[in-house]
Amino acid sequence: MNFLSLFVAIPLLMMIALFFAKSRKQIQITAVIGSSALLILGGVLAYLYLHERALGNTAEMLFTADTIWYAPFNIHYSVGVDGVSVAMLMLSVIIVFTGVFASWKIDPLPKEFFLWFCLLSIGVFGFFISIDLFTMFMFYEVALIPMYLLIGVWGSGKKEYAAMKLTLMLMGASAFLLLGILGIYFYSGATTMNLVEISKLHIPLQAQYFLFPLTFLGFGVLGALFPFHTWSPDGHASAPTAVSMLHAGVLMKLGGYGAFRVAIYLMPQAAHELAWIFLILTGISVVYGAFSAVVQTDLKYINAYSSVSHCGMVLFAILMLNQTAMTGAVLQMLSHGLMTALFFALIGMIYGRTHTRLITEMGGLMKVFPFLGVAYVIAGLASLGLPGLSGFVAEMTIFVGSFQHTDVFHRVLTIAATASIVITAVYILRVVGKILYGKTEHADHLTDPDARWYERIAVVTLIVAIVALGSAPLWMSNMIHDSLAPVIAQLMK
Amino acid sequence: MNYSNLIPIMNDELSLLLVMVILLVFDILGGEKSRKIFQPVAFVLFGIHTVLNACPREAGELFGGMYQYLPVMTYVKTILNIGVLIIFLQANHWLKSENNKIKTGEFYFLLLTTLLGMYFMIASGNFLLFFLGIETASIPMATLVAFDKFNRKSAEAGAKYILSAVFASGISLFGISLIYGATGTLYFSDIATLAAVTPLQMLAFVFFAVGLFFKISLVPFHLWTADVYEGAPTNITSYLSVISKGAAVFVLFTLFVKVFANLIDQWQSILYGIAIVTITIANIFAIRQKNLKRFLAFSSISQAGYILLGVIAGTSIGLTSLIYFVLVYLFSNLAAFGVIGIIEQRTGKVEINDYNGLYQTNPRLSFVMMLALFSLAGIPPFAGFFSKFFIFSAAIQQQYYVLVFIALLNTIISLYYYLIVIKAMFLTNSETPIEKINTDLPARISLVVCMLGIVFIGLFSYIYEQISVLASALF
Repeated sequence: MNFLSLFVAIPLLMMIALFFAKSRKQIQITAVIGSSALLILGGVLAYLYLHERALGNTAEMLFTADTIWYAPFNIHYSVGVDGVSVAMLMLSVIIVFTGVFASWKIDPLPKEFFLWFCLLSIGVFGFFISIDLFTMFMFYEVALIPMYLLIGVWGSGKKEYAAMKLTLMLMGASAFLLLGILGIYFYSGATTMNLVEISKLHIPLQAQYFLFPLTFLGFGVLGALFPFHTWSPDGHASAPTAVSMLHAGVLMKLGGYGAFRVAIYLMPQAAHELAWIFLILTGISVVYGAFSAVVQTDLKYINAYSSVSHCGMVLFAILMLNQTAMTGAVLQMLSHGLMTALFFALIGMIYGRTHTRLITEMGGLMKVFPFLGVAYVIAGLASLGLPGLSGFVAEMTIFVGSFQHTDVFHRVLTIAATASIVITAVYILRVVGKILYGKTEHADHLTDPDARWYERIAVVTLIVAIVALGSAPLWMSNMIHDSLAPVIAQLMK
Repeated sequence: MNYSNLIPIMNDELSLLLVMVILLVFDILGGEKSRKIFQPVAFVLFGIHTVLNACPREAGELFGGMYQYLPVMTYVKTILNIGVLIIFLQANHWLKSENNKIKTGEFYFLLLTTLLGMYFMIASGNFLLFFLGIETASIPMATLVAFDKFNRKSAEAGAKYILSAVFASGISLFGISLIYGATGTLYFSDIATLAAVTPLQMLAFVFFAVGLFFKISLVPFHLWTADVYEGAPTNITSYLSVISKGAAVFVLFTLFVKVFANLIDQWQSILYGIAIVTITIANIFAIRQKNLKRFLAFSSISQAGYILLGVIAGTSIGLTSLIYFVLVYLFSNLAAFGVIGIIEQRTGKVEINDYNGLYQTNPRLSFVMMLALFSLAGIPPFAGFFSKFFIFSAAIQQQYYVLVFIALLNTIISLYYYLIVIKAMFLTNSETPIEKINTDLPARISLVVCMLGIVFIGLFSYIYEQISVLASALF
């Protein structure tokens, strides 16, 4: 068995172990062991990958393995990674690891919660390691359905509505996707569903014209593409902490990753022709998301709309169709994944103490729980792009890439997107100022304890990752940059 | 007439007949004491019949082409047999109840009679035998639907079923007689060459097809379905929705693709329209249902609509996907009906609202129900996802993009209503949830089998490939 399959096997084993777990203690131990194993595996993978590349292996996908699954449809279980998948896998292991600690005291039904949580991570990991269209699509859907129960059972607020809306919208998107994938397979005349193999074939331009929008839209909905982003604020606001983290941190990245790995990589001509439509939509996502965040008063909604804006930036950068901007897009996925996870973790912890998420109800919390307060400030600064933290690296790369387009259309959109940074600063600083400083709104907040050890683990891990990516981004961005070369070569054809 | 080759070719029907006769004699002569062991005996006998006939044999025909055997039919019949075995397990508890104790023998005999009818339907090479098969399958069915004779709804459902079934057969028979008038033959092999697009033949074909559409309950011939499904005892409902339908769709495929091959442009456009209305209308109606049995009735109508995509594709992949779809659908639907049956027979509750908070009291039953619904909705990694994917692929391969797109949009609608039930079980809390239910062993075994089917059939490609080998032999 290829070692990449371990990414799917470990959560599977976790599920089996959880199934037999008797007490909360056993559940926690299983979850910690499993997620730590994944974390280590992520590190090992990055090391092996870089090592292999340093040895001069220039294959497009490394560590590939291929098993025939459904021969009549040429469906294989084939795995392989390039720099982008490695980056995404590393992000996912970090989020899963911290997610476990963020849901340490989950109540009720901890066992079921972690079972679904593991299924969700199987979907996520499976998606990133697959290079077969069918397997990829399958894992994509595996990741979606646990969300319904995770939000519906353990969520808060109007959770049933949010869960249903999220599931139906994302599954609706996957209907487009399925049609797109089948179309790609049959129009390319491929004898395999392997992505790399299909990329060598030519899909007729007429077919590309309808397959590209189908696939891009299918993935775009998950990446919060305007006007199909509406599931995201409700979903994130109602989901329990760890699920918000995993969903905004990783699941939304499935959208961005898929959009370029399937839509742009396989249908480059249509991407050139039709990018402008989606550029406008993503431009709206970026600006509209930021403005919406300004007017929200619920912490989770603020962060959810901020996610719409930041994930819009990912798709925006991908559609710039050049190597620099796309590198920026992947960096932005990493950066946004980490900081939004940190945000949601902190919001969950703050909510657990103050029992409110309304910023009008909170104030002066920095002196009550300084650890969480400082962490929140760091997350905020990363979000608005302070140099030294991850957000800066990503956004800088994106805008440098976008500015390489010299025509008016791209310039206008780029400037509009750049303006969103200012708006980001408005809502981040406003929230920080209101809830952390100033005078305390409720006297009973004063007695709230600071972060517990398990919360500290989650928060510190994420902060370390954010700072690491922000201060030493070069190895990561080089790895991504090199891996994007085949995509760019496709676009140049 | 040479009877020496009767055994290898007609094995299925003969051994089923043998099982039926043994059971009948055993029931009549066995007396009071035998009642206790009647059910296990029936199960074991039928199990032996299933196992003995599970291997495909040489193709052949009998009675001058009246009866045909093709290896792929073995798989279809085996799938039906497995379904019947599961239904036997699920019906075990229900048949022990006070009202049904004395009718156990009848239940088995009638059920197996309808199965025999379906065997003949599948294996017929002539419209006469086909019609005999369809009638043998329908008339005892009405008795079974009205099996709960003290239940007004069940009796009413029986009457509804027999009236509409007879009406549909009448129309079908009229179609068959027109076919005879137009071509001068009733043999499938002859009609395949003689069929032509003439007004008379089209008329004949449409009349004939309507009877079959009724059997599969495609819109607009579905009006009997919800009432009958609701009124019939749950185990019979599951039999109707799975076995009866499974046999009919296979026959639909072979008849349309093989016998009416010359009319392919005509029937493809007919089916195209029917598939779209069936899926859409059934889905829209399913959303509004409060009663779980009616709800599953509409859900199974829409599933039949998806199956039509395989027929429309008309290729060997289409046939394979169709048989595979029936297999997966069988496990999913029987699991769902199994749970509903267990709960209904013990508490009498069948409304979706009654299921509120079921997870608190009966986690296992709600878990099985959830798997079944996910599989029906086509969620991976459950088998339903694979069967839907394959049937859509078969249609896409023949360039039916719009049709598949409509079907895909409908899967979203269907996901919505399946989630409503899951929501009731898992999300909604109830003051008065259904109390904890002790399931009897046979039913539990049946649910485990269904669960294994739902989880593993999709993950292992062996089954699909086996069906594929024999199905492609047809083309």
